[in-house]
Amino acid sequence: MNPHVIVIGGGTAGMEAAGRLARAGMSVTLIEKGKDLGGHLRDWYHLFPDRRSSDEVLEYLKGQISHQNIRLLTGQQVTGFIHKGNEFTVSTGNGDTINGDALLLATGFDLFKSERKEEYGYGIYENVITSADLEAMFRKKEVKLVSGKKPERIGFLHCVGSRDEKVGNIYCSKLCCVTAVKQAIEVKKIFPASKVFCFYMDMRMGGALYEELYKEAQEKYSVGFIRGKVSEVAVNINNRLVAKVEDTLVGRPLKMELDMLVLMAGMEMSEDAVRLAKETNLQMGENRFFKPADHHFGTNMGNVNGVFYAGACTAPLNITETISHARSAVTEIVNYLNTGRK
Amino acid sequence: MEKFGFSLTKARVIDYDANDRSIVSYILEREPSLNLCIECGCCSAACTTGNFTGFSLREIHILLKRGENDLVRQKIRKCMLCGKCILVCPRGVNTRNVVFLAKQAFTKNEGYEF
Amino acid sequence: MKQEENTRVWRDYQKEIADDHFFYVRSCIRQSFFPGSEQFFLQLMRDVLGKDVYENPSHTTCTGIGYHGDVVPFSTIQTVVARHYALMKESGYKNVAVSCVTSFGIYTEILETWKHFPEELEKTREFLYKATGREFDLPENVAHTSDIIYKFRDEIAARAKYPLVNKLTGEPLRVVEHIGCHYSKMFPKYGVGGAEFPQVLSGMVESWGGQIVDYPERRHCCGFGFRQYLVQANRGYSLSNTVKKFSSMKPYKPDLVITNCPGCNMFMDKWQYTIKEMEGLTYGENGESIPILTYEELAGLVMGRNPWDLGLQFHMVQSEPLLRKMGIEFDPSDKFKTKDGRQMPIPENLINS
Repeated sequence: MNPHVIVIGGGTAGMEAAGRLARAGMSVTLIEKGKDLGGHLRDWYHLFPDRRSSDEVLEYLKGQISHQNIRLLTGQQVTGFIHKGNEFTVSTGNGDTINGDALLLATGFDLFKSERKEEYGYGIYENVITSADLEAMFRKKEVKLVSGKKPERIGFLHCVGSRDEKVGNIYCSKLCCVTAVKQAIEVKKIFPASKVFCFYMDMRMGGALYEELYKEAQEKYSVGFIRGKVSEVAVNINNRLVAKVEDTLVGRPLKMELDMLVLMAGMEMSEDAVRLAKETNLQMGENRFFKPADHHFGTNMGNVNGVFYAGACTAPLNITETISHARSAVTEIVNYLNTGRK
Repeated sequence: MEKFGFSLTKARVIDYDANDRSIVSYILEREPSLNLCIECGCCSAACTTGNFTGFSLREIHILLKRGENDLVRQKIRKCMLCGKCILVCPRGVNTRNVVFLAKQAFTKNEGYEF
Repeated sequence: MKQEENTRVWRDYQKEIADDHFFYVRSCIRQSFFPGSEQFFLQLMRDVLGKDVYENPSHTTCTGIGYHGDVVPFSTIQTVVARHYALMKESGYKNVAVSCVTSFGIYTEILETWKHFPEELEKTREFLYKATGREFDLPENVAHTSDIIYKFRDEIAARAKYPLVNKLTGEPLRVVEHIGCHYSKMFPKYGVGGAEFPQVLSGMVESWGGQIVDYPERRHCCGFGFRQYLVQANRGYSLSNTVKKFSSMKPYKPDLVITNCPGCNMFMDKWQYTIKEMEGLTYGENGESIPILTYEELAGLVMGRNPWDLGLQFHMVQSEPLLRKMGIEFDPSDKFKTKDGRQMPIPENLINS
């Protein structure tokens, strides 16, 4: 009989890994808590750096998992697992148990809940939205203010929920800078006459073609970049947002009216994964993501033999990195199962 | 002041919406490379004038973009137009031309003589 | 502002406010500048709501002005506050009701300090015992008196004679609420509604029929400071902050401002006179200034108390325009009379009068 691998999480990492495991001869059960596969990718419109449609990647992933060795369990929440020797038993919310030889956690991330940064008034002020809300508007092809009017000035606020001790996240979510630049370009394409500003602490454009995208935003779209984190948002009598920020490169406070402010929500370890980690004694790092066995050679493993990790449950990762990380997890699992499970 | 022994303090805030950005618009139409500045400060570090006065081309770029024209008008007189800043700029901004165009815009729009 | 969402935010910050048996500590400056406020608080609590509120004659200043003015060291103020807790213990009370926002901040800050640095608590116990022979317990509940009025806001609304409605137009009065910084900016969890969207005053205003003005500088400090205004030459800084707030609220044509802090109330009131004299600027409608009321004074007006008994005539900005809007009957000739009917001197150049 083929070894049986249980993959928890049906987003990018879980789908890619399940497909690769199946083709490597494993029998796979892919468990997803939602009713559909695809995770956050389903909510996204275009991907950086080349603005490829996220649907294309979804199609690719669906192709990956169409394999006879993969059993899909959607709409099922994993509540815990136990292991006896080298055998794992996973239990789900509706009382089922599934036995397997190895476990792959691909539980992904939660977007930071932007209402926690109360000073920005997300949910209180109309037209303060998140990066995810904007993607949803892009998907519906309906980018507009609550009044239905076209925005004339749009701000993107970097590092919402990232690099912020006040919300308990000192890490950088890494993707928000490039997402802001990508979204700024999208917005300028829809509203060429608008003016777009990014409020940033540092521009962290470290991926392939990111810096080129940044330059394109400046060169073709005149996107303005203001170094400073917005401290407070209010609404004035004309129902326009007013952002307070320090223009740190001038060394003076700056006040600016905006029609729309997009909060670049960071990434956090998913709440469900935190619960699972606590119940099953899987170690988490200071950033609460799963703690890798080794930062160079063991990012797919943790502290329990036979439990593997893939994707953004280990750290903020982009789609490219998530797919690579899922593939390396497959290599590790195959190696583990073929060499005496040590 | 006489009556109370103190007076109002002028706010330091840059009021973006109250400021006039006609000068920077004039420059950007003719020298769009100004948009490419990433505020690295290389121009200011290389600057002959900046080593002996408070002149900073990096700062001038932002002040122009924010519409803080009074400060720019007064500061750009210090530039010696040597062009070293262009040589070092990693983004290819034609920094010297920005100064030229700023002076031109102030003269055209405001009749200001340098 | 989406009201239902605003409600969601402040629901996350509901503090426990004691229901009865309060050890009341007064403010240093409120008794001079807004003398009717504390008096009405006591009347309301005792005579209307039937609560037990106790004042101890040995209570002193908390020394907050000196502490924030850099002349009273932290160990001294801790000992002074500890003495108040000792008076409370001796009188058999466990709930402290603090009239002043500065004091409230200090009481809270000191309790938090003792929680995190127990050695400071032990040191303070020793200082107090050596100095006075007294011993103290930590309070079970610390509430600012605006918390208490907030808690009983609906009881006040049920007795409202003059709700916050403009009788001439039928529209709700436009009310600016201003929260003292030390109410919740230091410890958002100890303020009703937290620090960004505090509910303590807006909850009262809404309960009494008014409409809250959400203006851009709503969360900005009044500029009071301590060191900042103690030195005359620095007062321009303090004034400029207040002017920044008034300029921001002016387009909304507020009918009144309600505050919960003695300093804010005093400065927002008196700086309106200063800026009018200095620059000729006013911030109310029709060239008038905006009446600045304490929450007790406003509660008193709503409940139909005589404005002169509430001490409104002792403000720099007079309240007559507001009284007319609310439809409150008042006798101008009683304004500066003593309780036994003798005429006091009438100040010249009263603003809004």
